[in-house]
Amino acid sequence: MSGQNKDYCQHFYALADRLQQSLQGSEGFTLWLQGETSDFVRFNHGKVRQAGQVSQAYLTIRLVQDQKHISQTVVLGGQADDHAMVVAVVAELRKALADVAEDPHLLLSETVQSTETREPNRLPSSEEMVSDIVAAAGSSDLVGILAAGPVCYGFANHHGQRNWHETTNWNFDWSIYSHGDKAVKRGSAGLTWDKAALAAAVAEARTQVELLSRPVKSLTPGNYRTYLTPSALSELVSMLNWGGFSEKALRTKRSPILKMAEGEAQLSSMLNIVEDTRGGLAPAFQAEGFIRPDEVQLVQAGKLTGSMVSPRTAKEYGVASNGAGAGEGSESMQIAGGSLPTADVLKALDTGLYVGNLWYLNFSDRAACRITGMTRFACFWVENGEIVAPLNVMRFDDTMYRMLGSELEALTQETEFQADAGSYHARSSASARLPGALIKDMRLVL
Amino acid sequence: MWNTIEQRFRAIGNNVDFCSLRLVEEETEALSVVQSVAQPVSRSLDRGAMITVVHAGGYGYAATADLSEAGLRAAFERAKAWALATAGKSVFDYSKAAWAHPVGEYHGPASQSPLDWNRGALMDLLMTESEAARVNDKIVAWGADLSRLDVRQLYLTNGGGRVEQSFRALIPSLTATAYADGESQTRSLGGQYNGYCRQGGMEVVAQAGLRGAGRRVANEALELLAAPNCPSGSMDLLLMPTQMMLQIHESIGHPLELDRILGDERNYAGTSFVTLDMFGEYQYGSPLLNVTYDPSRTNEFAAYGWDDDGKTAEKAYLIRAGKLERPLGGSVSQARAAAGGFDLGAVANSRACNWNRAPIDRMANLNVEPGDKTLDQLIAGIEHGVMMDTNVSWSIDDSRNKFQFSCEWGRVIENGELKGIVKNPGYRGISATFWRSLKAVGDHSTDDVMGTPFCGKGEPNQVVRVGHASPACVFGNVDVFGGEA
Repeated sequence: MSGQNKDYCQHFYALADRLQQSLQGSEGFTLWLQGETSDFVRFNHGKVRQAGQVSQAYLTIRLVQDQKHISQTVVLGGQADDHAMVVAVVAELRKALADVAEDPHLLLSETVQSTETREPNRLPSSEEMVSDIVAAAGSSDLVGILAAGPVCYGFANHHGQRNWHETTNWNFDWSIYSHGDKAVKRGSAGLTWDKAALAAAVAEARTQVELLSRPVKSLTPGNYRTYLTPSALSELVSMLNWGGFSEKALRTKRSPILKMAEGEAQLSSMLNIVEDTRGGLAPAFQAEGFIRPDEVQLVQAGKLTGSMVSPRTAKEYGVASNGAGAGEGSESMQIAGGSLPTADVLKALDTGLYVGNLWYLNFSDRAACRITGMTRFACFWVENGEIVAPLNVMRFDDTMYRMLGSELEALTQETEFQADAGSYHARSSASARLPGALIKDMRLVL
Repeated sequence: MWNTIEQRFRAIGNNVDFCSLRLVEEETEALSVVQSVAQPVSRSLDRGAMITVVHAGGYGYAATADLSEAGLRAAFERAKAWALATAGKSVFDYSKAAWAHPVGEYHGPASQSPLDWNRGALMDLLMTESEAARVNDKIVAWGADLSRLDVRQLYLTNGGGRVEQSFRALIPSLTATAYADGESQTRSLGGQYNGYCRQGGMEVVAQAGLRGAGRRVANEALELLAAPNCPSGSMDLLLMPTQMMLQIHESIGHPLELDRILGDERNYAGTSFVTLDMFGEYQYGSPLLNVTYDPSRTNEFAAYGWDDDGKTAEKAYLIRAGKLERPLGGSVSQARAAAGGFDLGAVANSRACNWNRAPIDRMANLNVEPGDKTLDQLIAGIEHGVMMDTNVSWSIDDSRNKFQFSCEWGRVIENGELKGIVKNPGYRGISATFWRSLKAVGDHSTDDVMGTPFCGKGEPNQVVRVGHASPACVFGNVDVFGGEA
């Protein structure tokens, strides 16, 4: 099924050329396209729950007249009549521009930097992948989703800049249940499909599922020594993307790490956080046409040293943009590894919690960067370096400055690459590379 | 255009057991002012169709924005291919579900009338309220916005089904952040995540109280900045509708979604502490608790005539006098539960966020029915407690049991009287026992219609619109806390 994809790249370039011809006077434009042809297959109890395909390409047309601009997003049918639709939209935007005030914060790229990245499709049919998954699951209670197919991004403007980024990939996000809410969570992604690797991953997960069948331990609220796997740490640091690294949020005092910015607090000197576009999956260009730098240093030795700066914020505050999107979040976060070999994690933990995943985090006191959330999936009680029992879910409520600051004991040497399985509106291209974290003292409250 | 699409659909889909086409057209425009600077206007026009095929016991779908004859035929063939490819490998024999062939029309309030969307005047209103929020230099961030939404849907089936529906909604909001001495506090109109979202026309702007909100909200942010932290301990808790909406949503709505109970969401949104055998038996809350799915409140955000599998929307009690009666599950989930020996009934809650996502069980208008106490009576009945208003933080476990929620605004209540303002008010509880501590329920005068445009769930992920109407309610012996000392 993956073979029935439209060639959105040539269609996009042709639409950009058509739009160029329809401009009047000193008008300018930008185009931003995000498209995909995705097979989505849900699994439950090791069988298929819901299978289908979604073909979509959203085009955002921005018409610019000096410092005035207005934009409209439309969906492309992929046919020749898209040309007429784009011209009609521009005519409507031209009329609406009369109601629009000049935008003092408009900043668009004027330096032409065209790029094109197109990975060939190396995937088997999605039906074949589904058969492999059902076979690998066997009698296991496997639940999750396979997403497969091409994903593309495009940018164009009236200066002649053209950017295209297209990959055909898969992302299989899944878990195997033991009983009740006791499960092992896994996920993987790639540009090629390896049936044997999938079978091996399912077999490995099954061994951990067996541990979940042991009698369960319930903890009482209190402070505990805790190891967070890279997946759990990823959930925790994702809260920094909720306005944390945003330059606009920092300037308007709404960032949860404002105390770091003002020098009142810091994370552990072991913490080094980088926006690593070069090592991630997201395109290296953004909706205003700026090219992202390979790296942006955000935290060095526990101190806030950088932020995500969108073009709009850059113009407003007279600082340099670093290619961030409008939300000013990290899309390719990398946290450097530390000194603890992953193989020694249980020994170093000694007695405490091994947390496979965290879940549903939110700020309980945003100004203090205090965060609450739940443990989820494979979490174990460890005594003297040995897994003793699976844990019932517990709620934590603690500040980032303690968990990844004063109470951080070690980071693992090895880091793990995680491709975001998210698909709100469209399949995500975000990713992260992180170590695990050993925390001396973490507050559990319920 | 719809007639042309219908003709194209009628030419396909006759050689399979069941086939439907669900066309969605959605038009939006968002106006915004941030720190007294007009933001760029953004609009969208989305249009596409999903074709669903059930054949030989399998189920498949294909969604496309190519509505040409060839595009729809290709989508049909892809949907059919998926149905055939997964037949015999599926969790359920989909031919056993009762696929509806409904006929009719539903048009939400104001959805067929011209909208007086005077962009210039509306931007002036947002600018005026934004400017009014700038009461002094401690206000460091402020803004107002307003967006509109028009949705038109066509649902066709190969058994002659044909339903047209249309909806209009407006979403006003306003926020102000105050800052001093390293701390900031944010106050909003109806929440920082668009709690005032309703179907209707320009009257929604007035209902939300946008006019005049700028100064009031900013002053309240300043009051919070100067307030002490919420006290900690076990006490009575008065929740206003701006927080009740979140309490209902997370600890009644999601745990009652039948697809979660059937395990579909265990890899993502989670499971439920509710099990199939609890319906008709389980005491979910105190006898004061009455919860309904109510599509008849047409100005709520998720009122409609039919769900996205063609089931007719009708009001139903989910919890009556505290006892659990039925889940939030559409026709497919109902059939799956029945196949397992549980005849639970269904409500029209099989919903998709757009043309490019398949329907799954989603709460829609989920309400707590009013009781008999005025707000003054609710307050007078509290010896030691806190009133909390406007949700700001929410977190709950994957079984929808252990929760922790926080609000923007709190007021201490002592000996039946409202006392001082407190900041960072929060509380924790467990769904399975929390609702049994419901001590008093406000009457119609305390009721308000709220909702959210951002309810996330499903694989692939979907954000749907949800409505919640609720009176103010009092809960006893709740674990309350404040911010970091």
